[in-house]
Formats: sequence, C-alpha cells, structure tokens
Amino acid sequence: MQDEAPKPYTEGPLHSTSPVIDPGLTFASVTDKISSIVLKRKTSLAWFLGFAISFALFQLMLLAMTNLLFVGIGLWGVNVPVAWGIDILNFVWWIGIGHAGTLISAILLLLRQRWRTSINRFAEAMTLFAVAQAGMYPIFHLGRPWLMYWLFPYPNTMGIWPQFRSPLMWDVFAVSTYATVSAMFWFVGLIPDFATLRDRARSKPFQILYGMLAMGWRGSARHWHRYEMAYLLLAGLATPLVLSVHTIVSFDFAVGIIPGWHATIFPPYFVAGAIYAGFAMVLLLTIPLRRFYGLEGFITMRHMHNMAKVMLATGLIVGYGYIMEAFFGWYSGNKYERFMIWNRMHGPYSLYYWALILCNIITPQFLWVKKIRSNLLALWIISFIVSIGMWLERFVIVVTSLHRDYLPSSWGMYQPTQWDWSMFIGTIGFFFTLLFLFIRFLPMISIFEMRTILPEAEVEE
Amino acid sequence: METENKQIHVTSGGSHRRHAPPMYGVIAEFESPSDLVAAARRVYSLGYRRINGYSPYPIEELSEAIGFTHTSLPLIVFIGGLVGGIGGFLMQYYIEVIDYPINVGGKPYNSWPAFIPITFEMTVLVAAFSAVLGMLVLNKLPQPYHPVFNVPNFAMATRDRFFLAVEANDPKFDHAGVVELLKSLNALEVNDVEV
Repeated sequence: MQDEAPKPYTEGPLHSTSPVIDPGLTFASVTDKISSIVLKRKTSLAWFLGFAISFALFQLMLLAMTNLLFVGIGLWGVNVPVAWGIDILNFVWWIGIGHAGTLISAILLLLRQRWRTSINRFAEAMTLFAVAQAGMYPIFHLGRPWLMYWLFPYPNTMGIWPQFRSPLMWDVFAVSTYATVSAMFWFVGLIPDFATLRDRARSKPFQILYGMLAMGWRGSARHWHRYEMAYLLLAGLATPLVLSVHTIVSFDFAVGIIPGWHATIFPPYFVAGAIYAGFAMVLLLTIPLRRFYGLEGFITMRHMHNMAKVMLATGLIVGYGYIMEAFFGWYSGNKYERFMIWNRMHGPYSLYYWALILCNIITPQFLWVKKIRSNLLALWIISFIVSIGMWLERFVIVVTSLHRDYLPSSWGMYQPTQWDWSMFIGTIGFFFTLLFLFIRFLPMISIFEMRTILPEAEVEE
Repeated sequence: METENKQIHVTSGGSHRRHAPPMYGVIAEFESPSDLVAAARRVYSLGYRRINGYSPYPIEELSEAIGFTHTSLPLIVFIGGLVGGIGGFLMQYYIEVIDYPINVGGKPYNSWPAFIPITFEMTVLVAAFSAVLGMLVLNKLPQPYHPVFNVPNFAMATRDRFFLAVEANDPKFDHAGVVELLKSLNALEVNDVEV
C-alpha cells in the first residue's frame, strides 16, 4: 500500500492478493467520487436515453396489465394442460435474479469477503427491483388480482381462512418476507450514506430530502456500535431467508405430483440456479456501469474474476442438477418419469432443452480460462447467455412438464401470446427504469463501507 | 433498555445539572482515526464518562475506547424471532385446527410439518423488524436536531474528519480543563458546542 500522487488506476497482473480497491484512494476521494455521481455530475445524454427506453417499455407493462384486468387471464396463452406458462416462469426467473444481491450482501458479509463491499449496494438494489417484478406475476395470475388480499390471513366476514398446507401459501409468506427484509436491509445500509449526501448536497431540496432519509445520523460511536450489530444480525437473518425463499419457490413445483416437478433435488438445484442467474445479472449490469461511471478503482478486475468463479461454481451445481434429473427419470423405473425425460430431449420442445444445455452447461465452461475471465466483453456475453439459459431452464421445467403428463388425451401445446411477451418485456423496462433512477439519485456503492476497507482506516495503536 | 449514562456515578448530589452552563459540551476535531481513538482512550482513562466519538465509518476500537461495548440489540432480536416463530405457528394452528378445520386427504388437522415454512418466515420477518426498529429506537433516531450539528466543521464527520465530544453534564466536566486536555491530544481544533 503506497502513498502516490493520484494517477489513473491501472491494474497489474492479477493475484489472489490483488487489491479490492485502488490503493491510492482516501476517505476524501472515495466520498467525493461516489457522492458526486449523485450530486454533481451532469445527467448525461446516455442516461436520459437509457431511461427513456426503459420508461417506454415500462408503459408496455402498464398497457399489458390494464388489458389483462379488463379482459381476463384468457389474454395469456395459458390453458389446460399448461395452466402455468411463461408468467410463472418469469416470476421464478426474476426472483432468482434477486438472490445474488442477498448472497453478496449477507452471505459474503458473514464469510468476511471484503471484496463484496464495492458491489453489495448495487446488487441489493437489483434484488429489490427484481423482486418487485417477480411479485407482480403471481398476483396478476390470480385471475381476479383485486382480491389478492384474500391470500393473507385476516379475520373476514366470509368466515374463511387461507389453506396453510399449500406451497402457494408458503410462497406468499416467503416472497413478501423476502421483499420486506431486503428493503429493510437496503435502507439500513443507506442511512449513513444519506447523511453523507445530506452534508455534501448543495441545493436546499436535496439537503432536506437526504436529511429526512438520514434521520439525523451523525456518525456517533454509540450509534455505529448498535448499527453494526443490527447490520450483522440482519445479514444473519437474510442468509437462511434467501435459501428458504427459493426452496419454497421450488416447492411450488416439487410438492405437486407432475412428472418433472416431483423431485427431491429441486430445492438445492433451484437455489444454485438462482445464484447462478443472479451473478450473471450482476455482471451484465456492472460491466457497462463501471466503465460508464469510471468506477474501475472501486470495482476491480478481482471482483470480475470472483463473480465469474461464483458463476462457474454454481453453473456446475446446476449442471449436476440436470444430470440428476435425467438419472432420476431413468432410475425411477417409472414409465411416466422416463417418458418425461425422453419427451424433454426428443419431444416438441426439445429445441428448448438442448438450447438450455448449451447456454447453462457448455457456455460457462469457458470461464475456466483466466484469459476469458479477464476479457470483459467475453464475460458480458457469457453472462447474457447464462441469463437466457436460466430463462430456458424454467421454460423446460414449467412447460414441458405440464404439456404431456399422465393421460395422452389431455396432452396439449403451449404458445405464449403477444400479451405474455408484453408483460415480460414490460417488466424488464420497469426493472431498468428503477435501476436508472437508483444510479442517478442514490449512491450505487456503499460509501461508508468503502471507507472501512481503505488502508488509512486502520487504527494504529 | 440501555441508557447512555448508566455508568455515571453522580457525586455532586445532582446539583450540577441545575447550574450546568447552557452548552452541550466541548468537541475536538481530529485528522485520523488513530488520533481520535488515542484521544478517546486518554479522556476515558482520566475518568470522563459522558464522552462520544463521531466518525465517518464504524471504528470498533472507538466504541471500546469510550467504554461502550454492550448493546441489548441481540436480545431484542432474539425475543422478536421467538415471538415471530411462536406466533406464526400458533396462528396456523388456530386457523387450521381450531377455527377452520378442513380435512385434506385425511391428513391430521395439526399437520405441523406443513406449517414449518411459514413459521420460519414469520421468525425471520419479526426478528428483522426488531433489528431495524430496535437499532433506531436505541439510537433515538429519527432525531432531526442535535447540538453537535452546530459544530462548524461537523459536515466533515461524514467525509474524512473525526470528532470527540466531552459533554457538559459529565460530573467531571470543567470547561477550561477539558479544552486544555483536548488541545493537548493532537486535536486540529477545539470548539464549544451550544445546546
């Protein structure tokens, strides 16, 4: 750690001890650099362009939803036998993406992985926005979404209660708890940074706005002590929570007796898939973002390598899951299970299955090569392919399992309609709308946590 | 619930409060975390107890130096989790067994394994709320006004400056002496803080 004059940060060859942060940074430069993105930097044309596109797509979602409310669920392609189409698929896809944020912010905190500090704020925001998209699908899938409050146990004049033996009820509790806890975790993490912004903001409205959000935070040692404890406890709570959420999402399928759903491997394989998809999304978003905002000193190549490695590891677990699914089908000796696997590989949707294998098992193998991990364009493309692959995985699970089950007389095909796609593209727009607002108005890197990993933060006795 | 002054032994019969000067205390500004921690240790060792440090990021050594190492937050969170877990299970038990029993495939009304996921989620939910609200309440936040915000350079406490305050209601507080002491501890500046 040397004290040099500030110069553009360039990295030497990568080692496992490579710095997780540009060693030339100081308390002042970290604070000023991150807060100026929010406070001083002129909003760029690229931001407006990106926001405008996202916002336009968001309108598509509102259109699709309004139409759905007027016409009904028949607008979507779902029908018996495929009563869960890409809408439940998208729910699982979005919520899976969200899981990487919690993993980075909570699990890596408990494991004392200091490199998480630069990316946890952003990843948590991604979690929150992805869960917001996910939550809308099951609600609008209800048929009469305006009665969604019936899912919650409240004393009512109808004298009825929800059925707690159903995984769908577990899902309501898991997803709403997850959304609430993620939001609290995120907000608590932001409080000291709101105080930083309050003290740096030049204009009165922003001073008042950030001041209210900071709630009078003044960096008192007593406050910090309790704060650190609360943050640690929240991380400890969020860790089993995130594992439970995707486990319960997998129960939506695994508790049913449909061949292709009724498998004990589902919970761990869903959780690994969620982390896999989530890291792909974090990479997909951070690679352009760090370039655009010049954050190479904060989010270093070591972060990229670490995330690529997590992606590779979880990708291998997911690959193991696919192999086991096929093995279970064969080993069960059950003709319906065997047919299900045969149908996935050779049936009308076989193209999806093989595309999934290509995207999710074969593509990430390139990440073994250090050169490819160091090439940001290659990493971005692989992340993009993995995101598509994880979407295909849920398509294979949801659609191909349902479309041919026990009775050949009830077999059928599924075709998403333009409204299914509008809703999906619309939620992508909504996700990016929220993300663009986030990077413009809130510090996308946790300022106070960055200060703690600076060399000058060490107290010399 | 802890209070910030439980370690004080008021020896002057409590009369100092009535005659206390209309000031919050004296605050010293430091350039580095090491200076702040060293100063806090020194001030604490001289018997001052109503002292507090202000820093842009959490410094573990600092809360030890000012003698603040205990917080009841873990207990609050534990109780919250317990309430959430037991409450979550009892809610399901009451609904599925007592108030609205439905026979599903011959399963027992109290099919407790099916109640575990929601019991777990409720545990986490209530514990997380206890952690966040407990932290805010113990810290007495939101608190829009606080005397230390009057310190001229205090906006730097969220950037790269470190502060140590000795509060006027400390039993040992003596204005000239405290100012002298803080000045001798490598402080950049020493200021009075008005209430």
